[in-house]
Amino acid sequence: MEGEILKTVNLSAYYGKHQVLKSITLSFPENRVTAILGPSGCGKSTFIRCLNRMHELVEGARMEGKVYLRGKDIYEMEPTTVRRKIGMVFQRPNPFPTMTIYDNVIAGYKLGGIKLKKTEADALVEDSLRKAALWEEVKDFLYKRGTFLSGGQQQRLCIARALAMKPEVLLLDEPTSALDPKSTARIEELIQELKKTVTIILVTHNIGQASRVSDFTAFLYLGELVEFGATERVFTVPRDKRTEEYLVGKFG
Amino acid sequence: MKKRGAFNFSLLVAALAVGTVLIAAALSMTIASLPALRAFGLKFFFSPDWDPVSNKFGALPFLLGTLITSFLALFLSLPFSLSISILSGEYLKGKKISSLLKTLVDLIAAVPSVIYGFWGLEVLVPLVRKLEISLGVAPYGVGIFTASLILAVMIIPNAAALAREVIELVPSNLKEAAYALGATRTETLLKVTLPYARGGIMAGILLSLGRALGETMAVTMVIGNSNTIPKSLFSPANTMASVIANEFTEATGDLYYSSLIAIGLTLFVVTAIFGVVGRYVVNRMKIK
Repeated sequence: MEGEILKTVNLSAYYGKHQVLKSITLSFPENRVTAILGPSGCGKSTFIRCLNRMHELVEGARMEGKVYLRGKDIYEMEPTTVRRKIGMVFQRPNPFPTMTIYDNVIAGYKLGGIKLKKTEADALVEDSLRKAALWEEVKDFLYKRGTFLSGGQQQRLCIARALAMKPEVLLLDEPTSALDPKSTARIEELIQELKKTVTIILVTHNIGQASRVSDFTAFLYLGELVEFGATERVFTVPRDKRTEEYLVGKFG
Repeated sequence: MKKRGAFNFSLLVAALAVGTVLIAAALSMTIASLPALRAFGLKFFFSPDWDPVSNKFGALPFLLGTLITSFLALFLSLPFSLSISILSGEYLKGKKISSLLKTLVDLIAAVPSVIYGFWGLEVLVPLVRKLEISLGVAPYGVGIFTASLILAVMIIPNAAALAREVIELVPSNLKEAAYALGATRTETLLKVTLPYARGGIMAGILLSLGRALGETMAVTMVIGNSNTIPKSLFSPANTMASVIANEFTEATGDLYYSSLIAIGLTLFVVTAIFGVVGRYVVNRMKIK
């Protein structure tokens, strides 16, 4: 197997006394798409939120275990540094309504007070929007607010915003669940393109999406990692009965 | 059906009554202030002389008194009202202590203004006098500065309550987006939360200003009631509201009486202008 970039060891997560993740050990191969598949409420979102230290922002939330980015414990790094290296896109598109499209793309720099030269910023905006397959659609409206964009365009703007930080890993938390089928198809296409430069971890409860876009699949059920492997193998010869039942639609 | 018609009719009557009262008040004030406005013309607003003995009336000292005390009060209260609203709307959001803080701030608004006036006389005036002595200015104790201090306390709840509400309503997914980009809590507050809430914050500020412009009792008790243009922040002065409250009972001549009503009309117009302009600004700042 190719090099691993991110790894969790015995990762458990809690909200108060309620345990939502049970000792998950999992490695993510570099420049591949790994789908985290499972029914609603199985802890998928909590899991990826532990990977960029967003989980700890919730009152009463805590975690145990280790997460390593290229061998370094992310819980010994600054959370802000971790979040710049491991970007995230959310379920609902959430561009900043107070900023222009241009500023949205470089929002990470603006918020963090990181100065960019005008030429640098211009190049970064164009590059990120191109990578997010949005450049052609918005290049004439860069200095307008992004609120008039469609849901799918807004989501790609959020992807561009995350890419502008030049992350090593991109976490996508059900990025198409609020979108129509056409926008969903565009995002799925985009994911294929993006994995050349960035490792992608995709949370989804959509079995078809996992099979279409991912190289590896981890099946989570009730906070437990049931099965992990190459997507083709997991989908054709699941080793665990629960995986099989989920894939054929017995629950979820 | 018929019952419903009667109900709707009574709603309409109530709605019309509100408008009628407002228009009637404005009209009767305009009519009653005509003698003064005819006698002095525009000079009424620009003349610094208010001299009942020689029947000369100019409202400039009071216009200035109102504007200076109100804006100074706004300036003094903003750091407090903004801090309170950020604290309870963001940092303590959803916690018990936040609702306790909210109740306390609302209580500030519930205290009758005459009590603030008394408190000002008993507590603030001696303190300001000490300050004036140490600064080497005439130690009146009462004056613009004291009135502004009292006003500042009184208007905190207006801005704080509204600002807290809009800060609380900032969608959490926007804040999460900022955190996910590596922003700290402070950066998120300053560059995401507050810009998003700015329309409501502005509305709260204007509400405070409106309250300060019209506040009468407390100001009358501590401003020193001097009808001259204030020379410094510590000068005794009068606002439009306080001069009316002070001199209404002794306004013997017709022109004197009419001049006071003209001041009332001016106050009415000034508050209305701030209200309308404010609403326009707030609408422009709203996030669509």
